[in-house]
Amino acid sequence: MDYINAITLFANYIFIPGLSYGCQLALGALGITIVYTVLRFSNFAHGEFMSFGAMISILVMWYFQDVGISIHPLPTIILALPISIILTIIFCLLIDNFCFSYYRKNNSESVILLIVSIGIMFFTNGLIRLIIGPADRNINDGERFLVKARTIKKMFELNEGLAIKMSQCLTITITILLVTFVFWFLNKTKTGKSMRAYSDNKDLSLLSGINPERVVLITWVIAGMLACVAGTLYGLDKSYKPFTYLNLVLPIFASAIVGGVGNPIGAIIGGFVIAYSEIIITFAYRRFLGYLLPDNLLPESLMQVLSTDYKIAVSFLILVIVLIIKPTGIYKGKLI
Amino acid sequence: MLNHQTKVFLTYSFMILLLLIVGFLQSWNVALAILNLCIISAIMSLGINIQWGNSGIVNFGAMGFTALGGLCCVLISMPITKSAWQIGGFYILIAIVIFFIFIFLTNIVWKLLKNSPKKRVFYSILIFLIGFIILRLIADPAILRIESFEPAKTGYLGGINLPIIFSWPIAGLLAAVTAFLIGKIALGLRSDYLAIATLGISEIILYFIKNEDWLSRGVKNVNGLPRPVPYEIDLQNSSWLIELTEKFNLSPVITSSIIVKLSYSLLFLSVLIIIFILFETALKSPWGRMMRAIRDNEISASAMGKNVKKRHLQVFIIGSAVVGIAGAMMTTLDGQFTPASYQPIRYTFLIWIMVIVGGSGNNYGAVFGGFLIWFFWVESEPLGLWLIEFLTSYLDNENIIKIHLLESAAHMRLIMMGLILLLALRFAPKGVIPEEKRI
Repeated sequence: MDYINAITLFANYIFIPGLSYGCQLALGALGITIVYTVLRFSNFAHGEFMSFGAMISILVMWYFQDVGISIHPLPTIILALPISIILTIIFCLLIDNFCFSYYRKNNSESVILLIVSIGIMFFTNGLIRLIIGPADRNINDGERFLVKARTIKKMFELNEGLAIKMSQCLTITITILLVTFVFWFLNKTKTGKSMRAYSDNKDLSLLSGINPERVVLITWVIAGMLACVAGTLYGLDKSYKPFTYLNLVLPIFASAIVGGVGNPIGAIIGGFVIAYSEIIITFAYRRFLGYLLPDNLLPESLMQVLSTDYKIAVSFLILVIVLIIKPTGIYKGKLI
Repeated sequence: MLNHQTKVFLTYSFMILLLLIVGFLQSWNVALAILNLCIISAIMSLGINIQWGNSGIVNFGAMGFTALGGLCCVLISMPITKSAWQIGGFYILIAIVIFFIFIFLTNIVWKLLKNSPKKRVFYSILIFLIGFIILRLIADPAILRIESFEPAKTGYLGGINLPIIFSWPIAGLLAAVTAFLIGKIALGLRSDYLAIATLGISEIILYFIKNEDWLSRGVKNVNGLPRPVPYEIDLQNSSWLIELTEKFNLSPVITSSIIVKLSYSLLFLSVLIIIFILFETALKSPWGRMMRAIRDNEISASAMGKNVKKRHLQVFIIGSAVVGIAGAMMTTLDGQFTPASYQPIRYTFLIWIMVIVGGSGNNYGAVFGGFLIWFFWVESEPLGLWLIEFLTSYLDNENIIKIHLLESAAHMRLIMMGLILLLALRFAPKGVIPEEKRI
């Protein structure tokens, strides 16, 4: 019996990676949810907006590296975030102006807007590949680890190490700051309240003198900001490859739906539910049980529910199960 | 305004003209290769069109059915791996039976406990989990044995060694059964949810095919599928071809490959024509009228006594089966099954662009969309290169931006597809050939 080693193993392989992956999903899901509640369509292009934001961050980072600006031990890309956020927001607004606004004015069905967003997904993906190319890039130029596995091992004389990556720490900090800001904005400011009124009842809010153009503008500002930060953090944590963002759209939708469509708190919870279930279901528990069980009871197999190859499929599985059992999600949101 | 027939005539002649231009400018081999995939794309877009255009069902799962069709080719046409069957086949069969028994049991419990939602969910999941554990205990050792038996050569159960052409109808059948299961689960959802659910399910199907090596060899691919048409090398050695090429002074290599491609085209074209005629007849019949009535107004249709749920399930199965058949045809044409190459962008969303651009709700439009979009998907690379060269012609050749753009011209394809879809939605929302107005 060796509880401390087991807990360290759990924290190192499940708790901390799940926390940072959950943050990335939660930021993405929050963006999708806000667009969904205010503008009333499922934005399939959100993953590409994330990728676009990350690309701009990289371009600005390259410029900074060229000039010689650095904030070592933090990665330079953090410094690029403010500029890339602004550029991503401008991109989102341009897209809205040229594509979505026409259908909004014609009161098109939400399916049509969904198909429009697929067109934008194609266009943005192509644009990104044209500008930066499809290659896989490591963009973390800061210190890699905040706490090294070996340090913990030596300090507490354990068999297992506990590593905390700098990118994970940054992801969690920035997510907390950003989510707090968004919630403060939605709940406390007048503009945020007008946005919620608009999403609750469009006609009534128009009657009370809320400017719809302004609500749409603010929506894209928040969505673009969230997309840019989420995309950059995801790229920083793993590596930047335009192709991966296409596959990220479904886990993000899964998070938004599992949490409850149209509910911002649900989107955050959903992100963590999806992230942890992906990791917990595909983790091999043999070593973990090795610390807890006596040797003669230890099973032969890896003690894995599903093999690691099924990692992303788990999120789809949970999505489908939630859609069948409780389509409104954990926190009751709107039914599409 | 042009009437429907003139429009069909004009667009179809335009398409033939485009293919002829490719034939004359590039080569006939390229033109025929494009034509073959155009026909397959047209069949897929017919399948999605009957769902979206005629019944309003948003099915984003085309990729899953295409992959299932490809899997069918492997299961039907590859030689049987006898030793793999001996060491583990029996257990796999038992596991499959157990899987269906537990699905059945879960379904019964789900129906029995209709009145208590919480109990219902709990017991269904419990039964499913017990089934899953039993399944793993029986199948895992057998799967391990099969996959570790000569993994470089086989490592899977193999097929049943029938001519590959049989895999087409069977792919339709397999896709139909899968669509029935998916439809039972998901068709109660509304448009956006249904789109996301079918997209997720199609990914699950693909993950299954990619990772269950005992069934499909997974990412190790299955190469050398048998062909329904003769091989080029056999043709080159046959006397009639040698005589023919000598008479007209042609190259035997090129002629043989053109003959092979032409025979594929004829096979595919006959399938396309059969499905097209079936669909046209169905949509002109009272059944087709009922489907359009349901699409246009579900509530009033159900008030008239039409069973909307059942009709939706029916049309979901029919459309998905057609996509499955097309998937099998595509794998037959490739001669290999590569699960890693299936991506939603290429096999789901592109088909949707075909339907929307061609004209949803009418079969002529869907076929034209399939041809046109596939043509541009292939030809966008040379076109993109030409466009970039034209746009950057005022820059000198050493300019970094110009070099970079010319190098990445291949990515123009996605930009072009996005633009085509957006422009079509904006300026021709009913497609190039709109649905005929019926009075």
